Amino acid sequence: MSKLKYALYTGCTARESTPELLKSTLAIAKALDIELVLLDEASCCGASHLQDFDDFLSLVLNARNICYAEKLGLTMVTICNTCQLNTALTKERLDHDEDLRARVNEKLFEVGLEYKGSSEIKHFLYALVDDLGIDEIAKKVTKPLSDLSIAAFYGCHNIRPSKLHQGENPYKPTSIDRLIVALGGKNVEYESKNRCCGFHVELQNPKTANALSANAMLDAIDNGAESVVTPCPLCHIRMDVQQHNISKEAGRDVKIPILHLPQMVGLALGIEPKELGIEHHVTDVTFA
Amino acid sequence: METKKLTLKVFRFNSDTDYLPRYMTYEMEVSNGEVVLDILNRIKWEIDGSFSYRRSCRHGICGSCSIKVNGKAVLSCKENVFDLVKIFGEELILEPQDKSRAIKDMVIDKSNFWTKYDAIKPYLIAKIDENPKSENIVSKEDAEKLEEADYCIECGNCFYACPAVGVNEDYLGPASLVKAYRFNADVRDEAKIERLEITNKLGFGIWDCVKCYECAEVCPKEINPIDKITKLHNQTFEEEMAEDNVATRHAVGFKNSIKKHGILDEGELVKYSEGLFGTLKHMPEAIAMFRKGKIVLPWNMPKSKNLDEIQKLIKSSSTSEFKGK
Repeated sequence: MSKLKYALYTGCTARESTPELLKSTLAIAKALDIELVLLDEASCCGASHLQDFDDFLSLVLNARNICYAEKLGLTMVTICNTCQLNTALTKERLDHDEDLRARVNEKLFEVGLEYKGSSEIKHFLYALVDDLGIDEIAKKVTKPLSDLSIAAFYGCHNIRPSKLHQGENPYKPTSIDRLIVALGGKNVEYESKNRCCGFHVELQNPKTANALSANAMLDAIDNGAESVVTPCPLCHIRMDVQQHNISKEAGRDVKIPILHLPQMVGLALGIEPKELGIEHHVTDVTFA
Repeated sequence: METKKLTLKVFRFNSDTDYLPRYMTYEMEVSNGEVVLDILNRIKWEIDGSFSYRRSCRHGICGSCSIKVNGKAVLSCKENVFDLVKIFGEELILEPQDKSRAIKDMVIDKSNFWTKYDAIKPYLIAKIDENPKSENIVSKEDAEKLEEADYCIECGNCFYACPAVGVNEDYLGPASLVKAYRFNADVRDEAKIERLEITNKLGFGIWDCVKCYECAEVCPKEINPIDKITKLHNQTFEEEMAEDNVATRHAVGFKNSIKKHGILDEGELVKYSEGLFGTLKHMPEAIAMFRKGKIVLPWNMPKSKNLDEIQKLIKSSSTSEFKGK
């Protein structure tokens, strides 16, 4: 197999509130011999909020980000579910609506760019499990997760709407569970793995956000999880940083370490926890 | 004809006589053409005549027969059983849309759905000339503005799958918001502002959508409710109905930040959205995050490469303005 190479759209959180996500992504890419070219030109995707205010502007900015992956002739990989959704939704709309594409390109031409629709967009999780393959990753495990019970929390924007995300069933997603097992861990079966963490209403309705996080996290804990793993930094911020508020809402202690997906892979590959940014977590990862 | 032997675990409850619900297990040989409604009928006709569920048209238009199978909201008459077996295996769990509202077996008290529905005035409001001289013709283009919103059959799949509805009993929910969009987008209607006042209210309307896309996933008519909720957001800004509050500033703040840095300044977004007093609420988390190296200070904010390009695009491509009532 020729070496896998992608254009990495880091998104904003990986450069700010979850530096450990970028660190661990780059660390495991190196260990797995995947080449990632950083898209430093990219802007914020609007995080599914900008479109509420200005849908066309949101499309133009996301199309511009895709242009830079197209210029490299590479598939764009994302490491945030919401970046994935916004970018993939933009692609979907522009690829199926010629008028809209012409209107967006009219703006992009002014800065010397053109959206062509030539680059695929996928979350890094699927670059790992589909392109590289779980078996390949398993071969490189040097420090198996020794039956640690891990609950996969998939995050809405990687699985819904399913028409956009081919391959994973939103009612029974399996990719992360399969990965956990391949890394020597024990995957926790629980109903809430495909549910919402409430991140997007955290500011305007913290009660809803905390209640949703509490429901999912308690379901994981009550089914024996010692840790939760997620491919989405927004879910991570909610579940790692907000545990005291979530506990208050739940009326119960909700305390559990939350891993980013690449951190979990990195630990099993024998990468030092420090190189995976474990020290950045607000809730300590006691087992790493 | 292919057949499969399925195990059905069926929620049974009679609110008149039972203290708690129970699950009955039925074995059934099911063929590949059968939909969930066929199974419900066969339970009633072949196994237990007291089994209750709602049904009427059998053609995906009355919206009566929705239930949940293994947690997936389905319109029974449209959902092929073998498709469900493909996802969930040969044990299917049949439950009402909302177990906490069960009256008898699959029949629920749907009054919370209808109350939300009524709240947005789900009918055409216009001064009608009772003696018109000619037909009131709506052009094809104007009719298309309703998009798919008019196809809603009020089955409740989206409402009972919506996690925000599940934890916030005030939230209008997707079906009601779709209907608000449907009439707001109707050129004959004159109550758009009135409806936006309702759907714009914090704690009740559009700002409380958690953006999980469950509604888009479960809609049997492929209406894509969240897309209509986004359009209601857009209408709210277009009609200058957006109040100056944490939710509207949160949406607008992205543009401000992108203009300045290309990428989002997370700290600045919280400050701008919450205002000074509101930001203080977040101090415990902010301090914990700062200690762990999770907060980038303003003077260290990274910027996107070719920021001038982004700024040019913002200037040329902006289509919305925030005046803040």
